[in-house]
Amino acid sequence: MRADLDIIQEWIPAGSRVLDLGCGDGELLARLREHKEVSGYGLEIDPQNIAACLDKGVNVIEQDLDKGLGNFAANSFDVVVMTQALQAVHYPDRILEEMLRVGRTCIITFPNFGHWRCRWYLASKGRMPVSEFLPYTWYNTPNIHFCTFKDFEALCRERQVRVLQRLAVDREHRHGWASRLWPNLLGEIGIYHVSRR
Amino acid sequence: MRLAFPEDSVGLVRPQMLHFSEPLTLACGRSLSDYELVYETYGELNAARSNAVLICHALSGHHHAAGYHSPEDRKPGWWDSSIGPGKPIDTRRFFVVSLNNLGGCNGSTGPGSLNPATARPYGADFPVVTVEDWVHSQARLADALGIQQWAAVVGGSLGGMQALQWTISYPERVRHCLAIATAPKLSAQNIAFNEVARQAILSDPDFHGGHFQEHGVIPKRGLMLARMVGHITYLSDDAMGEKFGRELKTDQLNYDFHSVEFQVESYLRYQGEEFSGRFDANTYLLMTKALDYFDPAAAHGDDLAKTLAVARADFCLMSFTTDWRFSPARSREIADALIAAGKNVSYLEIDAPQGHDAFLMPIPRYLQGFRSYMNRIAV
Repeated sequence: MRADLDIIQEWIPAGSRVLDLGCGDGELLARLREHKEVSGYGLEIDPQNIAACLDKGVNVIEQDLDKGLGNFAANSFDVVVMTQALQAVHYPDRILEEMLRVGRTCIITFPNFGHWRCRWYLASKGRMPVSEFLPYTWYNTPNIHFCTFKDFEALCRERQVRVLQRLAVDREHRHGWASRLWPNLLGEIGIYHVSRR
Repeated sequence: MRLAFPEDSVGLVRPQMLHFSEPLTLACGRSLSDYELVYETYGELNAARSNAVLICHALSGHHHAAGYHSPEDRKPGWWDSSIGPGKPIDTRRFFVVSLNNLGGCNGSTGPGSLNPATARPYGADFPVVTVEDWVHSQARLADALGIQQWAAVVGGSLGGMQALQWTISYPERVRHCLAIATAPKLSAQNIAFNEVARQAILSDPDFHGGHFQEHGVIPKRGLMLARMVGHITYLSDDAMGEKFGRELKTDQLNYDFHSVEFQVESYLRYQGEEFSGRFDANTYLLMTKALDYFDPAAAHGDDLAKTLAVARADFCLMSFTTDWRFSPARSREIADALIAAGKNVSYLEIDAPQGHDAFLMPIPRYLQGFRSYMNRIAV
C-alpha cells in the first residue's frame, strides 16, 4: 500500500467529491470510496491504468491533462488531487490554476529535485540524475518540469495560492526529523495541500 | 458444412417473435394498434432475473447479434466479436436480448408488413418512429420476458442513443448503460449526410412514393446510393487509403464515366449493391429520421446534464479516435454532462484507425475495456 495515499486520504473529508488527475490504477479513488464514501472520477491516459481502474470499479475518464480541465465547471469538486504528475505536464502553472478553479482545495505531490542526492549527482557527475526513484535518462523521461520545494512554493506565492499543509517525505513516504528540519534538502517527495487564497 | 462452431460462439441461434396487441402510441401522434417484434436471446436468465442485457442495434442492424442461424452460415451475427462465452458480454453470466426495432425490415413490424387497416403493405404509410418509441417498445418486450430491470443496456451508434434514452425514459429499469461511438444528437453535417441518402431513395423512379411493393419493384439504385454515402462516413480517410489507395481495377484509365476504374469505386458499388438487395428503402428512411430527431436535451432547454439528471444507471462510454461520423468529442459531450450531473461514468477513447465501424471490430483495447466494465456488473 502506498504510504502517500494514507497521508492524502487523511486530508480528504468523508463524503467529498474528488477529481484525481493522472489517477494511475485508481487505487486512491478505490480506497476513498471504500473508507470515506467519496465519489469522484480519475483522469488518465495510459490504457493499462485505465483498464486497471475499470477493473476496480473506479470511474475513469480518458483525458489528457495537457489539454486542460475546461470541461469541468468551476468549484465542481471538493478536492482535486494530482499525485506525481506535476513534473510530467507541459504547463505545471496552468494545471495548478485549473485545479484551483475546479476544486475548493487541491492536493499535489511531486518529487523534489532539490533533494541532496539529485544535487550530489549533478554536482559530482555533471549529468542529469538517474536513480531507482527517477529511473529515466533526460531524453526518454516523462518528467519534463522538475522543480524543488522552494520553486513550487515560489510559484504558489506568485499566484496567490495558500499552502494549507505541507509534508516532505522520503521515497517510502516516511516523514522523519531530517525531512522536517531541511525539507528542501532531505525531502524526496512533497505532499502539498493548497487552496486559492 | 461446418462441423463445429468456435468455442467462444453462442453457436446455433433461432429468432423468436412476440406479438403485442396493446396499442403503442408513438411520438408522431399516430399509434400502432398491434405489432410484432423479432428478437434473439443468448445465455440463460437467472432465477433472480438480474442478469439480462439488452443489445440495441444501429441504423441497418437487426436482432441477429451473435451466433449462427445455420451450420452453413458463413458469417455470425453483427456483434459476434463482443457476445459469447468468454467474450466481453459473457453469455455464461448474462442473458442477452437483441431485437429488431419497429420499422425494421428483418421481421419486426415495419413498412414491409401488412397494414391491418388496409390489408396492404404499409409502405410509406408506416408511421415515423423515434428512439423514444423504440425504447417504449423494448420496455414492453422486457415486460413480456419477465425482465423488470436490465443489468445493462448496450449499443453502438444509433444503438448507443437507445441505451442513453433508456436511462432517461426508464431510469429505474437500467443499472448500467454502455453507449459506444455515439452522440447526444446529430450535427448539421450528420443530418446532411442522412438527407443525401434519403434524397437518393426518394428520387429513384422505382420508389413510387414508398409503395414500390405494390408495383413489384424496389428502388435499388436509390438504396445503393444511400448506402454508398453512408459507407463513406463509416470509414476513416486512413482506413480507405490503407484499403484502396488510388489503386486501379485495370491497368489504364478509360476516360469515361461508366466503367469502374478505382478499387474504391468497385468496393462502394459492391457494398451498395449487396445492401440494396437485403434492406428496405422505407426502413432506411425511417432509421435516418430517427437519428435526425434524437435530441433528448431539447425538452430540457438543451441542457444535457439536466436531461440525464434522472438517470440512475452507471455509464460506460467509448469512442474511437478516427470516427468522424460520431467523433470522440461527441462522446465527451455525454461524459461531461454525466459528470456535471454527478453520475458514475467512465469514458474510453480507443486509438483505432477504422473510423466509425471500429465499434464492430475486435480491437484488443476496446474489447478489454468492454470486458472489464461488464465484469464489474453484479448480477
